[in-house]
Amino acid sequence: MAEKKVNPFIEPLNKNNPIAMQILGICSALAVTVEMKPAIIMGLSVTIIVALANVVISLIRNTIPNSVRIIVQLVVVAALVTVVSEFLKAFVYDVSVQLSVYIGLIITNCILMGRLEAYAMQNKPWDSFLDGLGNGCGYAIILIIVSFFRELLGSGSLLGCKIIPENWFVDNGGCYMNNGLMMMPSMALILVACVIWVHRSINKDIE
Amino acid sequence: MEHAISLLFRSIFVDNMIFAFFLGMCSYLAVSKNVKTSFMLGIAVTFVLLITLPVNYLLNDLLKANVLVEGVDLSYLSFILFIAVIAAIVQIVEMFVEKFSPSLYASLGIFLPLIAVNCAIMGASLFMQQRVGLAAEDPKALTSMLDVVFYAIGSGIGWIMAIVGLAAIREKMEYNNVPRALRGLGITFITVGLMAMAFLCFSGLKI
Repeated sequence: MAEKKVNPFIEPLNKNNPIAMQILGICSALAVTVEMKPAIIMGLSVTIIVALANVVISLIRNTIPNSVRIIVQLVVVAALVTVVSEFLKAFVYDVSVQLSVYIGLIITNCILMGRLEAYAMQNKPWDSFLDGLGNGCGYAIILIIVSFFRELLGSGSLLGCKIIPENWFVDNGGCYMNNGLMMMPSMALILVACVIWVHRSINKDIE
Repeated sequence: MEHAISLLFRSIFVDNMIFAFFLGMCSYLAVSKNVKTSFMLGIAVTFVLLITLPVNYLLNDLLKANVLVEGVDLSYLSFILFIAVIAAIVQIVEMFVEKFSPSLYASLGIFLPLIAVNCAIMGASLFMQQRVGLAAEDPKALTSMLDVVFYAIGSGIGWIMAIVGLAAIREKMEYNNVPRALRGLGITFITVGLMAMAFLCFSGLKI
């Protein structure tokens, strides 16, 4: 029993990672990773929403008629996203401006629909909660890795603190320049590709 | 009219749904294995955009403060309302296609209902909501119904272009010798990254 409870949380962190393995939730993962702070907040919001939506759907899974289940799922998710979005607007307004439409797009994030369909519709609330938490964290890990490299190489800082010393820069007589390309959308794709490459090289058993 | 046409070209090249905002990425990666199906999906997405965006534009006006209920700003309901409209319209389109063109229905298969959770559709609605508030001189502003319709068509064409382009490249790439760990998802990401880089040259375009 104990082992069964651990599994739904641990599995999506590595072996069954939502981004690297299941190809879920890529849209927002690429767009919010220019800096680390919005990436962390996005990862946190998605984790909370997936976990709660999984619980709610799992609780009512036996009463939902099969033909309207997608609409029911969407309404539950949309309600949760609205709450999170209002919360972010109230407490971290600058980040919510930066994330702009991508908070609203959590509704159509495939991680949510994918996990609700694949897991919460068949499993008990507690397991679904762990599954949601695990998938959210797996998603957040990739976001944090990608945004770490993009922020470090693109603007020479981490979480807004300068890491690269000022006197290294060309403007101040040094020989270092920020890589502007890292701020562009295209590098996010290539960095995610590198993460997947490393992930698959480590886990040789995955095809 | 001039503004609407400039919006059309902007949304195809500069604000391309895939290469600038990563919207609709999940189905973009999953369906782009062959040119014919991807083109079909692109048409379906454009069609749904063309219906949902004007409807949501009208609804968005209703949600503003003091319109429906005196003294109450209902704009926080927009997520739920938009997704409900999208889900309902996709459902209607699905029934319509099934009734009048069973052959098209069969070739689109599962992708038709999945358009409801395509981020490109929801994203376009949310961008529309953002852009309605902009000043009229702004090149991105949506000031009338005509602008909204052109924006929807442009976003759809941009999406078709991106998915057909990727599908064509992937068809050719079948014969290439790709490192084992990069095969499949990894190399597709890199390809999209390079395509996005090519699209960067449009970003300075003044229309």
